[in-house]
This record gives sequence, structure tokens and C-alpha cells, in this order.
Amino acid sequence: MYRYDEFDAQLVRERVQQFRGQVDRRLSGELKEDEFKPLRLQNGVYLQLHAYMLRVAVPYGQLSPSKMRRLARIARVYDRGYGHFTTRQNIQFNWVALKDIPDVLEELAEVEMHAIQTSGNCIRNTTSDHYAGATKDEVMDPRPWCEIIRQWSTFHPEFAFLPRKFKIAVTAAEHDRAAIKVHDIGLNIRQKNGEVGFEVFVGGGQGRTPHIAAKVADFVPERELLDYLEAIMRVYNRFGRRDNKYKARIKILVAETGEEEFRRLVEEEYAAQREHEKIDLPQDEIDRIHAYFAPPALEARPATSESFERAKTADPAFARWTRANLHEHKVDGYTTVTVSLKPLGVAPGDATDTQMMVVAHLAETYGHDDIRVTHAQNLVLPHIALDDLYDVYRELDAAGLATPNEGLISDMIVCPGLDYCNLANARSIPVGMAIQEAFADPDDQADIGKFHINISGCINACGHHHVGHVGILGVDRKGEEYYQITLGGRADEKAAIGAIAGPGLKAEDVPVALKRLVDRYRELRTSKDESFIETFEREGMDAFKEAIYAGA
Amino acid sequence: MPLIKNRQEVDDIWAFVPDDAPLSPGGCITVSLGRFRSEQELLLARNTEIGVRLEPADDPHELEDHLERLSLIEISFPKYTDGRGYSQAQVLRRRLAYEGELRAVGHVLRDQILYMNRSGFDAFETERAELPSIIEALEEFSVFYQPAADGAKTVFARRHSKD
Repeated sequence: MYRYDEFDAQLVRERVQQFRGQVDRRLSGELKEDEFKPLRLQNGVYLQLHAYMLRVAVPYGQLSPSKMRRLARIARVYDRGYGHFTTRQNIQFNWVALKDIPDVLEELAEVEMHAIQTSGNCIRNTTSDHYAGATKDEVMDPRPWCEIIRQWSTFHPEFAFLPRKFKIAVTAAEHDRAAIKVHDIGLNIRQKNGEVGFEVFVGGGQGRTPHIAAKVADFVPERELLDYLEAIMRVYNRFGRRDNKYKARIKILVAETGEEEFRRLVEEEYAAQREHEKIDLPQDEIDRIHAYFAPPALEARPATSESFERAKTADPAFARWTRANLHEHKVDGYTTVTVSLKPLGVAPGDATDTQMMVVAHLAETYGHDDIRVTHAQNLVLPHIALDDLYDVYRELDAAGLATPNEGLISDMIVCPGLDYCNLANARSIPVGMAIQEAFADPDDQADIGKFHINISGCINACGHHHVGHVGILGVDRKGEEYYQITLGGRADEKAAIGAIAGPGLKAEDVPVALKRLVDRYRELRTSKDESFIETFEREGMDAFKEAIYAGA
Repeated sequence: MPLIKNRQEVDDIWAFVPDDAPLSPGGCITVSLGRFRSEQELLLARNTEIGVRLEPADDPHELEDHLERLSLIEISFPKYTDGRGYSQAQVLRRRLAYEGELRAVGHVLRDQILYMNRSGFDAFETERAELPSIIEALEEFSVFYQPAADGAKTVFARRHSKD
């Protein structure tokens, strides 16, 4: 994992001091709320329904045990004993007092963390594949480039007041787990004739007007990446719409300009860069950053583990968990574990301070000090020996962290909704919980297989409903909450925006409608190996629409 | 309105002439890009120093052929949230090598001044912040990752510099 050097540490210290001054000026009344707003926003501080919320950056979703323990401490001392992991692989605290935030930032700085650019109209946390560095299907580890982008985008003087927020995602795997095609910029790392380069997608996004990104470059060589990104950012900063915040994302610029003309503008800006404008990242620097991400020293083990096999036979609950929550590791004898933050009855993505301590302990004892946050709001222990797996499982289970549902129907992405957020039109968490209850039986979930339900409480789509296999969007109609269902969305390499199935349903009708939808899928699937989304793509909307509205 | 230039409060000898007002015969004046375009000959023939004020949508490349004649370019920030001026400044300084005064006018706040300075501004017209506070803002950071118009050495380069 990347470690700060003297420069990184100095910058974060200076930021804490700066923000302390800004908070002092706000508390003394020298700064009015409207003047303080842009400053707190660039530091992840939002004014929510009930209190200030602090969003802390977890660059590309990677944490160490010491970082996780510090987050647990912040949850315990400054919040109400829990934190909320977000779809941007970050964590937010919902109940921190404004006067305490400089102290929290200081505590974060001590473990090489910060809240820089976790909000505001600037370049946000770069996200990536949560299995990076562990998965078999990647051409290389994408994290070094995420770190390079993190540094380049931190306090970029030209791009701090963009038309709107800006999100970059990077993957290097065949199967896209970073949703790059629904990002402002999506980067796919490739290798060609021994050279590393980037396939560049621009203008994807969700929100009110979802778009799948357009490809603007096939292969930007690694040395040129930051200069190419500068060209895209400048075109966006100059030409992105500023007259209407709902049309200000780069996806609208790409759509209104046209892909070809947009590409031409970027190429023109890129070609106009003069030699002294180039960032010219030294090769030594690229190598230095890559060195931090060397694979952990995993001792050689046989591909199968006797103790693991024995435990599976002896403990059916463990066996079920291993069927759902493991991902194949690139090294024999190891596996990648998803720690589910989606047990029944808990807001998705929430973890208590105690749970964070348990995960930190497991990562330290068994997991080579590595922890990831996923954009589906779970945690991951990327490098666990099969021989240790049963011990890890039992500790997770005792802490309520062993729900066997990774990628299954109860592993939903859900925004905070009207319970917390002042943008929301409808509640999301209670609807999610009702669906979880309807599909509570783990055997039933395993039988249904891969099934992504994403729920947003308003059209801003923080719950990613457009790209859920089933998307649920809360709308307010004359003071009553209704839920609109979309089908067929996906965020992976076959990214697609879901289509609206029909009129909105009342909250209490959503779980039964989904029950009927799932039953229909079971009737139509060719075998248990055909997932819901595959069946949907083969059969089309009509076959499923009828099931949703059959009771109406 | 107070003018801070090169970290000092200075008297402002310049006057912006609105498009519908007649050009004064003497004195240092700035005009809009539109007026500069339409009355270019008259303006360039003056015996005084001249300047142009850019609005956010203006393309600084339009001034490319006249940069040596211009002593001042003002970049207007109607709202601090409109960040186009930062790109205009970087283009003028780094791509077009403009060396005269580059002044931020309009909604110029203390906490944006460091970014402005990095982007190439050397003068700030602001009624909202006092000089000591502006100098403090300029010194809040000593570490920068990106190359910009201020010429500060980047962290990427400092890490590998031999000296």
C-alpha cells in the first residue's frame, strides 16, 4: 500500500491547519455560511438534515489495519459508534460536530488520511477494482495509477471550480468491477507490445440523465496519461455548461457536442500543449509509486486445503458463506474474502466501531494488512490463506460480518434516502430492508444467484438505480412515496442503463412485486447457471413487466 | 476597490471603460474583448497603456497577436464558483507566454487566491479580504503536485531532484 513521504505528509498537515483556520473564521462569524460552504465542501463537510456530515477519502478503497482502527476510534469518539461506507469507496460520519472536525482531520493525518476533495465541484476520489492486486483476471495492478491520479488531482489549481463534480475510475481487469463506463472518465489499463497504456472513456454517468461513456482514445501511453487527462479537464472546464447544474456534468457536454466533435476538441487541446506545459512524470517516480504496490509475500501453499475442506463438511453455514463470498485469488492456496455489510436490518454499508476493529484485527493477523472498501458498500480482505479461512469466518460471524450474500439479491446498493439526506424525495433504507426480509432465506438467495438491486431515494441516483439489474427509484407524488422499477441495468463491461418497467409502486407493494419477478425468472432461466440479467437480456422486458404488475 | 499586486496593496491607475461609454483621451484603460475587437485600430494607436477584460466565456487566444502591446489583462469572476478564469490564466501565461499584469476582478475571495496565484494571476482586486489575510492565504501550502503557471517545482520532480 502507498505510504506518504515527507511531501505528502506536509501537504495534509498544511490542509488541516488551513481548515482549522477556516472553521475558526466560521465559528467567529467572520465567514458567513455561504462563504464557508465552498471551503467545507472541498473538505468533505456537508450540512445534512440533522447535522454536519464528514466524508473521509479512502483512495481507491484501500485501508490498512491502522487506518481502519483510526476510523473506528473516530466513530466511537466523535460520532455515534458507527460509520457508513459509500459507493465511492469512502466512509462518512453522520454526526460529527463542526468544532470537532479539525481535530478529526488531525487524527486522520496521523494515519495518512484526509477528506480532501470528497465533495465540491472538483476531481473526487479515484475509484478502482476492489480486488486489484489479488484477482486472476487483471493485466496489471491498477492501484499505482490511481495513486498517481490522486496526487495529480489533489489541489489542482485549474480544476477546483469545475462546472460540476468529477469522478474517475480505473480498472485493469477483464471483468469491470469499477463501473468505468458510468464515470466522467473511465480508464481501462491495457498492454500493447510490452507497453502500458490506457483506453479512455468519457461522459458516462448516472443522475437524472444517465449515459454510457464514449470511448475517446484506444491507447494513451502511460507517460502521457496525466497530460491527456489535463486536456480533457480543460475542455470540460472551458465548455461544460454552467447555466444549469443538472446539465453541468461532462456527460451532457459530450452528448450535446457530439462524441466526434468532443474527441476533436480534446485532441486539439492535447496537441497544443507545449513542451514546458507537460507534466513529464519522471520514470523514477512511476517506478517509485509502483514499488509500494508489490504483491504481498505469500508463502507457497498447495492449491487445496484439507482443513478448509473439513470445515466445509462439518459446518454447512460456513460452506454456504464460502460459496457466496469468495473470489478466486491469483495465487494458489489463497482466496479473496468479501465481508458483507448487508446483514438483515442494518443500513447497507454501515459498520460499528467494534466491527471495524474486528476487520482490522483479521487483516493484521491473516490478511497481510490489506483491506478494501467496495463500491457495493462491502469490505474485502484480499489475501487470505484457505488454511486460515475458517478462523477468519468464525471471527467475522461472531461480529455479525459473515452474511453469505455477496452479489446476491440482499446485497443491495442503497443511498441514505430521506432518513438522512436533504435532497431525497423518498426513503430508501426501509424499502431495502423490506426486500431483504422478503428474501431472507439464504438457500433461496443462493438459488436465485447473481442479482443486483440498487435503490435511490431521488433522481440524483446515489443508489445507482440506473445500473442495477433491478433499479428502484423513490419518487414523491403529492406527498406520497412511490417506487419506480427499472430492469436490465448493469455497471460492468457490458454497461447498460435500465429501462422503466411501468408505473411506480407503493412501498408495501415492492417486495411482493419482486417476489413475482424472481419467480418468473426461475421459470424462464435455461438453467441455474443463467443469471437474472442474462435471462432478462434474452427474454426482454415484456416477459418480466407482466410479472411485476400481475397483482395490480 | 483595494488592489493587491505582488503581495502589496497598490493604487489602481487603471479604469475599465464600459462598452457604452466613450473612450477617455488619456489614462490607462481596459475594455471588453468585444470592444477591443471592434475598435482595435483606435485602441492600439493610443499613446497610453491599454488592457482588456475577459469574461468567462471569452477565448484568450483572440489576444494572441497583441499580447506585447497589452499591459493588463483582467479576468472576470462574476461568481467565485465559475472556474473558467483559471484555465484562461493558464493559457495566457503558459501557452501564449503573456508577461504583463494578470488581474483577477469580481468575486475574488481570500480562499481562492492561492489557486489564482498558481494559475498565473499576480494581481487581485478584492474588497472582501485584507492584505495580511491574503498573504497568509498565499503561504498556506508549500507543497504542490502539479506544474502550473507559478513555476513551482512539483513534488514529482522534487522527489527525484539531485540537489
